[in-house]
This record gives sequence, structure tokens and C-alpha cells, in this order.
Amino acid sequence: MKLIFRYLKKYKAAVGIAILIKLIGTLSELLLPYILEYIIDDVVPMKNLTMVLLWGSMMFAVAVLCRTFNVMANRRAIDTAHNISYEVRQALFEKTISLSGPAFDRLTLPSLISRMTSDSYNVQSAVQQFQTLCVRAPIMLVGGILVASVMDFHMASIMIVMLPVLLAIILFVSAKGIPMYARVQQKLDAVVRLMRENITGIRVVKALSKETYEMKRFAKANQDMKTADVQAVTVMSIPSPLMQMFINAGLTAVVLLGASRVNQGLMKPGVILAFLTYFNMIAMGVMGLSRIFMTMSKASASADRIDEVLQTADDELIFIEHKGEETESDEAVCFDHVSFSYGKGSERSEDFAGEKRESAVSDITFTVKKGQSLGIIGPTGCGKSTIISLMMHFYDVNSGTIRINGKDIRSYDPRELRKKFGTVFQNDMIFQDTLKENINFARDLKDEQIESAARSAQAQEFIDSLDEGLEYEAAIRGANLSGGQKQRILVARALASSPEILVLDDSSSALDYKTDAAMRKAVETNYPDATVIMIAQRVSSVMNMDQILVLDSGKCIGLGSHEQLLKECEPYRSIYEIQMGAMRQ
Amino acid sequence: MPGRGDRGRVKEKPKDAKGTLRRIIAYLMYYKWIVLFLLLCAVLSNLGNLMGPRFAGKAISIAEEGYAQGIGHVDMDGVRYYAFLMLAVYISSSVLSFIVTISMARVGRKIAENMRRDVFEKLMRMPVSYFDRHQAGDIISRVSYDIDVVCTSLSADVIHILTSLITVTGSFIIMCTISVPLVLCMAFTIPVSIWFTRRMGKITRPLYSRRSASYGIMNGFAEEMFTGQKTILAYAHEEETVRQFSEINRNAAEAYKNADGMGMIMGPTIGMISNIGLAAIGMGGAVLYLNDVVGLGQISSFVLYSRKFSGPINEISNITNEIFSALAAAERVFQLLDQPEETADVPDAQILENSHGHVEAEDVSFGYLPGKTVLHNLNMEAKTGQTVAIVGHTGAGKTTIINLLMRFYDPDSGMIKVDEKPHTDYTMESLRRNYAMVLQDTWLFQGTIFENIAYGKENATMDEVVAAAKAARIHNYIMTLPNGYNTVITEDGGNISKGQKQLLTIARAMLYDTNMLILDEATSNVDTATERQVQKAIRSLMKNKTCFVIAHRLSTIQNADQILVVDHGDVVEQGTHDELMADKGMYYRLYASQFD
Repeated sequence: MKLIFRYLKKYKAAVGIAILIKLIGTLSELLLPYILEYIIDDVVPMKNLTMVLLWGSMMFAVAVLCRTFNVMANRRAIDTAHNISYEVRQALFEKTISLSGPAFDRLTLPSLISRMTSDSYNVQSAVQQFQTLCVRAPIMLVGGILVASVMDFHMASIMIVMLPVLLAIILFVSAKGIPMYARVQQKLDAVVRLMRENITGIRVVKALSKETYEMKRFAKANQDMKTADVQAVTVMSIPSPLMQMFINAGLTAVVLLGASRVNQGLMKPGVILAFLTYFNMIAMGVMGLSRIFMTMSKASASADRIDEVLQTADDELIFIEHKGEETESDEAVCFDHVSFSYGKGSERSEDFAGEKRESAVSDITFTVKKGQSLGIIGPTGCGKSTIISLMMHFYDVNSGTIRINGKDIRSYDPRELRKKFGTVFQNDMIFQDTLKENINFARDLKDEQIESAARSAQAQEFIDSLDEGLEYEAAIRGANLSGGQKQRILVARALASSPEILVLDDSSSALDYKTDAAMRKAVETNYPDATVIMIAQRVSSVMNMDQILVLDSGKCIGLGSHEQLLKECEPYRSIYEIQMGAMRQ
Repeated sequence: MPGRGDRGRVKEKPKDAKGTLRRIIAYLMYYKWIVLFLLLCAVLSNLGNLMGPRFAGKAISIAEEGYAQGIGHVDMDGVRYYAFLMLAVYISSSVLSFIVTISMARVGRKIAENMRRDVFEKLMRMPVSYFDRHQAGDIISRVSYDIDVVCTSLSADVIHILTSLITVTGSFIIMCTISVPLVLCMAFTIPVSIWFTRRMGKITRPLYSRRSASYGIMNGFAEEMFTGQKTILAYAHEEETVRQFSEINRNAAEAYKNADGMGMIMGPTIGMISNIGLAAIGMGGAVLYLNDVVGLGQISSFVLYSRKFSGPINEISNITNEIFSALAAAERVFQLLDQPEETADVPDAQILENSHGHVEAEDVSFGYLPGKTVLHNLNMEAKTGQTVAIVGHTGAGKTTIINLLMRFYDPDSGMIKVDEKPHTDYTMESLRRNYAMVLQDTWLFQGTIFENIAYGKENATMDEVVAAAKAARIHNYIMTLPNGYNTVITEDGGNISKGQKQLLTIARAMLYDTNMLILDEATSNVDTATERQVQKAIRSLMKNKTCFVIAHRLSTIQNADQILVVDHGDVVEQGTHDELMADKGMYYRLYASQFD
């Protein structure tokens, strides 16, 4: 709710003008019946055709004026609403795209998507309705009460007594509605999640003929959402008829009280009739007000969900003021007794990652000199990828320090820090765009850089085999590329800007040995200055590295060159023997 | 980025509005008795609201009579009687309107549920290729946004419009009975309003279609970028992405402004037309009165009813925005529902049960795009229990073979046979059920580890799951988790590594007992220590099964009965390991290169 007011405040001038124009429009609209009444009651009996025509034209003019003002006001309201929703979406997108690792994990991807798609829409329609609805209702309400009070205060007191009750109902129900709508949106998250799961996993679902099963799973989420929605809607449907009932009961009271006052000679009977009219006006006002509040309560739930993202503190990551400068030392990457566990900041009890990796890495220490290379090897789930996430400051270490070029990574602007890297993650993304853009990634790289990167990544051959070459349009998630082709494009992306540090996380798993080897050689030759950090499953991928870090359950169990490790590190030797043995069999 | 700029703009052609309306009504017809009943309630409720003032009027008349006779002469019992009637009528009318509002909201939500279900079930019947061409975010947008728009409009507008129509017709008839000449005075407003509404409809409908589509594009983009968020951060690509989004977002906002800006002209304009009608009644009435055609009282009551006549028309025209946007949104939903489905099973297709695992491919050619053949004249035969290894450079067409075997795609020419019959003779479902598969892209869903492993086999017992996990060498790892097999995996496997995912999907395949097995680069992400164990397990799994293996570990496949060496979509060599090594061809070179 705060979010909506924050943005409305920003546009208060525009909103104010729109409301003012709407006010004029509404007043002229309310004026029309009175002119007509005047014509019929007073002008027509005068039997003066000129006067009739004059007043008739006046009505005509007011009607045109009324339309002009209403159109103008509505148009302004729409403009403001869409400017606001543009800004809200922009802010939400900007924030989401730069969320830190822990925050992203906590909010979860499907929920972030539904906040973007559904919640922002709810806010937008509320802002628009707010401006058009909030004029008429208060005018009717206040105007009706004023005129009625002037006419006969005793009778008006019936309404004045009722009003607080009505307002209390509106406020109570709309407050009740906020958490209910929040639940609807939560259920929507689940629907979105299931849709995504099935869209991305469609091959598996089909291969196992699990369509019916998935339909059942979806039906449940779908039904949950409907149930939550129906609940919310049921509660929100209460105020309108309830208030109608109250007001009509008030009307009855007016008739009764009026008749008895007439009986006592305190009032003329005509006043009762007039009162009924004003009561209707007030009723309309109250109903309009309740509609505003009901809309607002839905929007408020959504606004809070958006705000939750926007208010996610940037400081979920720790940044420190200048602790050292980049030094001229030849040290590129340095881990100094680094320990880290996920889990922290994760509130969900069923959180898999949080429970599993009590300590993802512990007490890791190594130094890679500029231009040198480090291989990281170890069994699945031993913390290899975590080292990359920490090094790029997606997460904060729990203890120890990481230095890049001699400077604590927490004292870097994260964007500056990350610009030093060329990275291929596990499960990295190919975007729906041309291959060239997938490599360039909006870094304004020269064609030579892109081509040379593609060549080094061993992607040239398959690119050449395509009619469109680099302009070939990759499908969503790179669906029209094979696993190996994707990996080569990703490596080309990492290489293209000649990064200081090249990080390859299991980026050759889908490549055959020959291509893998050729790629490693090309990187060595063409990017000699790059510091290379490579995670791999195959000893053959890392055995030529200057240093190899052997990890097991997040702990370093060996660090040194291939030869050293063969001598000193038993687990390494056994991995090597198994792999080479397996090949020679 | 070039090519991205025009992504935010859409040129949607207006579609068949009547057809769309008819289909929305079809959804509504499912609840026709409820809707009809509610309509009755709504009419009664409106009637009650009309009766109320009449009783009030009666009470006032009594007061007036009493007033004329002086103080204390008002028949208070009579007043109380009518006041009581008034209250009774109003209360029942409120109760009725409560029922109508709630029930209609329920119907709207149920229809939304049905639509979401239909969309999802449709997605399940769609060919795999659809998902390679459409953004998940756009599909999600249809479910989360478009359906919501339709259902909101249905809940609020349907009864509203129907009761309005009744009121309008009723008022018009009464107006005619009061004075036909007066009706003629304002009659011009009816054709003008209809003409204007139709004209505006023509202009605004495409705008609303564009609005919905641009929203879909925006959501598609957002979904893609959120999914790749880490990559974007790693390349400090946020600013550029935000800039691109800004463009798409701006386009969406513009599409909205255009549609709503045009749409909202309707309400005030129709309002103006009916106000001009009022002025015409005033003036025309005066003329008629002067010529003694009508009396003043007639004019007054005519005006009263003409307001009842124009009121609902104004209200309807004020919600045309909602109606048009609902139509446009519904169009997008129906458009998805109209997509071609997976090739239907041939009539009297057989159910393939316990296939012997005899698979043949005869002259199979295939291309994902017309005119671009990626697989040429594939011929192969896998006899029962044999292992066929497919090797070759990346992108040589290995995955395509799997796509064809599983009927994710059908060949352009040639034929694939299973157990001596074209595999199109079997039902799609039973054919796929006969293959166990471990794919290159591991896929897990949010659920417990137990559910993820048991996925392929309904009613799998814990013992079976544990046995499969043990066979896939992931049991020990699972047991180290605090909740063991009940540990919940987050969507996309959350933070578990690629390797563990792979092991889980292997366990899943282990449990899925079939005579045919497809392994697509299945072991390449598992570390070598684990891999060796997995290979043992897989070897036992492969026993007595016909297997198609794509792997880069030549050691895994050198025991294969048959090796297909694929290059640029052609099978260039075919034979056993020893034969191919002796040939010293491409296979020999591939094999040698692993020790480079």
C-alpha cells in the first residue's frame, strides 16, 4: 500500500489535475438533471419556446462540456497510471536482476516471475481506478450529507449515526482482504512454478508419459488457487450488499421518523421525499467508496509483495570501504582461510540447500598468480561451484577473505569486480538471440574479438556450417543447439572480452575429448594473460594446470601440480588411475 | 542488441471477436443453470429495489394525508405497515444481491480454473517443438494475466449486462406506453449509440489485442532474464538488460495507454449522447406540450424512465474497456488452445506392451526446419538386448536420433519400426513407456527425493526407491540429508549440483523397468569415482535391454554390439569397436584423440 502512495505522491500534481478536471466533469454531469427539471417544472409552463430552446441548448452545451472534461480527466488518469506502472515494473525488474544470491534464493524464481507478471498488473489497475472512482463517491457522500443536514438536521442525524458503522465495515473488510489476496498470489506462485517445471521438463514428462500425472499435480495447485481466490472474493463481496441493507434500513428509519415528525407538525411531508433522494445519493457515495477500498485491498496485497522485493536491502551482501587498493603484485586470486555455508538467511525450514550444506566450503586457502591456472576437481557436491559463487561475490564468506589483485572483493563495486571475469556456469543460459549477440552480450565487442573467441572455443566449425553463421537465431534456452554447441558458445562468451580471469565451471562436460583438448590449447595460446580457473570432472581437463585444488566435502585435501598431487595426494591419484584406467581398458 | 528492439512491438491483427465471444459463452454455458438462476435473483433483487421507493411513496402519501388534516392525524400504523414492507423488500433484495455477487464471483473463478486446466492439459498434448519456440514467460503470462482478466470481467460484467438489458428493454416499453411522440424525440440516440459503439469497437479491439500481446512479450523477456540472472550479474550486464527491458516495458505501457485511452472515450461519449437525448426530450416535450400532445405529468414520468433507460447503457459503455480487454485476453488463451497438438495416434493404434526391444530405422531423414535436413538416410537395426552406441562430434545429429526414437519429432521420410511394426502404429504413450531415458538436461521438480525418483513408476514402494537409489549410488548421499528421502528439492534442483541431479535421474530410470533404454550423455557430469560405480550399475541395468547410448566416454561404448559414427547427419561408419578400430577411420581418430 505504501508503494502505491509513494508513487502517487510522485505524480501528485498530475493526479491532482486529473481529479480536479474530473470534479468539474462530475459536477456538470450532476447539473444536467437539474436543468432538465427546471425546464420541465418552470420553463415549459411559461409556454415560451425561445426560453425552452435556450435552456435546451444550455443542456446540450453542458453535455458536450461534461464529455470533454471526463475524457480529459480519464486520459490523464490513464497516463499517470501507466507511467506509474511503467516505473514500478522498471524498478522491480531492475531490483530483481541485481538481487544478491541469498535474496534470490529466498524469494524464489517462480515467485519473482509472478510478482512481475501479475502483481504489477494489480497495482496498475488500482492506480487507474483510484483516480476515476475517488471523485464521484466523495462528492456524492459529502454533498448529500451537507444538503441533508441543512434541510433537517434531526433526520440527517440518522445517516450521521450510520456513517461510522459503514466506514468501519469497509475498513475492517478491506483490511481482512489484504492477507487473503496475498494468499491468492502465493498460490499463483505455485501455479507458475508448476507451469515452468513442465515447460522446461517437457521432454522428461513426455518420455515417461507422465502427462496425466502432471495434469493432476497442476489440478491441485489450480484448485488451491481457485479456493483461495473464492475465499477472498467471498469476503470482499460482503460489504456491498451489507451496506445496501444498512442504508435501506436507514431509509426506512427516515420514513418512520419523518412521518412521526410530520405527525408532530415539525416538518412538511415533501421533505421526506427530498430526503429519500439525498439518501440515495449518499448510498451511491458509500458504495463507490467501498468499491475503491475493495480494489485497493487486492492491489495492496500485490503492492506489498512488490515492495518486499524492492525493499530487499542491498546490504544482504557486505561491502566495506576501501580496504586496500589493487596492488601491482602478481597475485590474481587469493583465498585466505575461506569458510562458507548456504542456509544463512534462508527462512524456509524445508530448504534443501540450507540443510544440506551445513558448511559448503571450509578453510579454503590458495593463491593463483596472474596468467597462471588453477584446476578444481573433486566429487559431485564437494563445493567446487561454491568457490566460484564466492569469488564473484554472489554470496558473502562467513569467515576468511578473498582478494582479487590484492584487494578484498568486498571493497570492489560488484559490477567492477565481475567485469574482470569471463565465466561459464554449470547450467548456463543461452538467450533467445543471435549467436553473435549471445557471445557479445551487449559489450560492444569488435567482430574480431567475437570471431577469435568463437574460434578458440571450437565453435567456428559448427557456426560455419550454419547458413546464417553468427547471425543464427538461438531458440529459447538454446533449444535448437546441442549441449556441446551451447557449451562452446558459452565459452566463446566468456573469452570474447579477453577477461583477466577466466572461470569455466564444468563447461566441457558435453564436449568430446578432442574438442575439449583443442579448446584448452587454444585458450592457452590465444589468451596467454588470462588467469584460468577451471572446474572439471576429468583429470585430463585439469592435469596441465599450474595448480590443482582437490576438494572433498568442502575441504581442501590437496593443492599442487599434477605431479606433486600424484605423489602426495592419494585420492587424486586414485581418481587419475580410475579415469586413465577406464580409458585404456 | 539488434533484433531485440522490435521485440517489444507487436502487430496483432484483430481476430474473430464473435468467435471469441462464443467460446467464452461456451465456458459460461457449463454453468448455465446457475447463471440463469442468478439472473433471476438479480432481476428479483432489482425489482425489490424498485418496489422499495413505491412503498416509501405510499408511506409518504399517508403522511401527506395526515398532514393535510393537522397535527397528530397521521396514520402511524399505516406508515409502520409500509415501512415494514419497505424493510422486508430491501432486506430480501440485499440478500439476493449478495447471493448473486458471491455466486457470480465463484462462477468466474471456476471458469478461470477450467481455463487454466484446459491450457495446461493442452500444453501436455503439445509437441515438444512448441516449447522450443515459445517463451515460458509468455505462456505463463497467458495463464496468470490473460485468464485473470477474462475471469474478472466475467464475474463482474455478465450479470450486470444481462440485468441492464432487462432494465433497458423494460424501461423502453414503458416509455413507449407513456408517449410514443416523446420516444421519437430521443429515438435518434439509439442508432447513434450503436453506430458509435461499433465504430469504436473496430478501432479499439486491435489495440487491446496489442496490449495483451505486448504484456506477454514483456513477461516472456522478464522470465528469460530472471532465469539467467546469475549470468547477467557475472557479466555486469544489468544495465544493458535493464535498458532492453525499459524499451519493452515502455512499449507495453504505450500499448496500454493507446488501448485504454481510446477505450475510455466510449463511456463519456455515450453519456453525452444520452444527455443530449435528455435535452431533446426537454425541448421536444415542451413543443409537444405547447401543442397539447402530452401533459406535464407525462413528461415528468417519461424523464424518470428515460433515466432508467440511459443509466444502464452508460454503465455498460463505461465497462466496454473491460469487455474489450477480456476479449483480447481470451483471444490469446484460445489461440494457444488452437495450436496443433502432437500427432494423434492412428485409428486402432495398438498398445505396445513389454516390447521385445527390436528397433529398426529404414532410410530415415529428418530436419527441424523444412529444407534443412540434419539427418540423412539413417539405417540401423538394434536387435533385442543389443547395445547401440552413437558417437560423433558435438552437433552431429546424435540427439536428433533420440528425438525420433521417442517420437518427439516424426521423420520427414523413412520409417522407424519397433518389434517389426512401424512405431507410429502404437499409441504414443505406450511407445514412450517402453523406453527408459536419462537425458542430457537433468530435470527435477519441487517435491521430495522419494517423489522425484518414483516419478516414472506409479505406486512405487520405498523399498523399490531405495533399491534404485542404491543402484545409482546415491543412497548414501541421500541418507546424509536430515530428512533422507523426504528431503524437498526446490524447483530446478535448487542448489544441488548437476552431478547429484544426474544421479537422481539415473535412479529414476533404474526404477522405470523397461526393455529399452536411452542414455544421452548421461554420465558426463558425474565425477569419475562415482562414474565408475554408476557405470557398473548401468551395465547391470542395460542387461537384457536394447540400449541406445550417446556418450563421450569411449570406454562405455566399446562393448557395444554396434557403434554408429555420425558426422554431419550421416552415419559414416557402423560396426563393432574392433571392426572400426581396424578400419582406422573416423572412429579410430576419435578414439585416439582422447589421449591428446
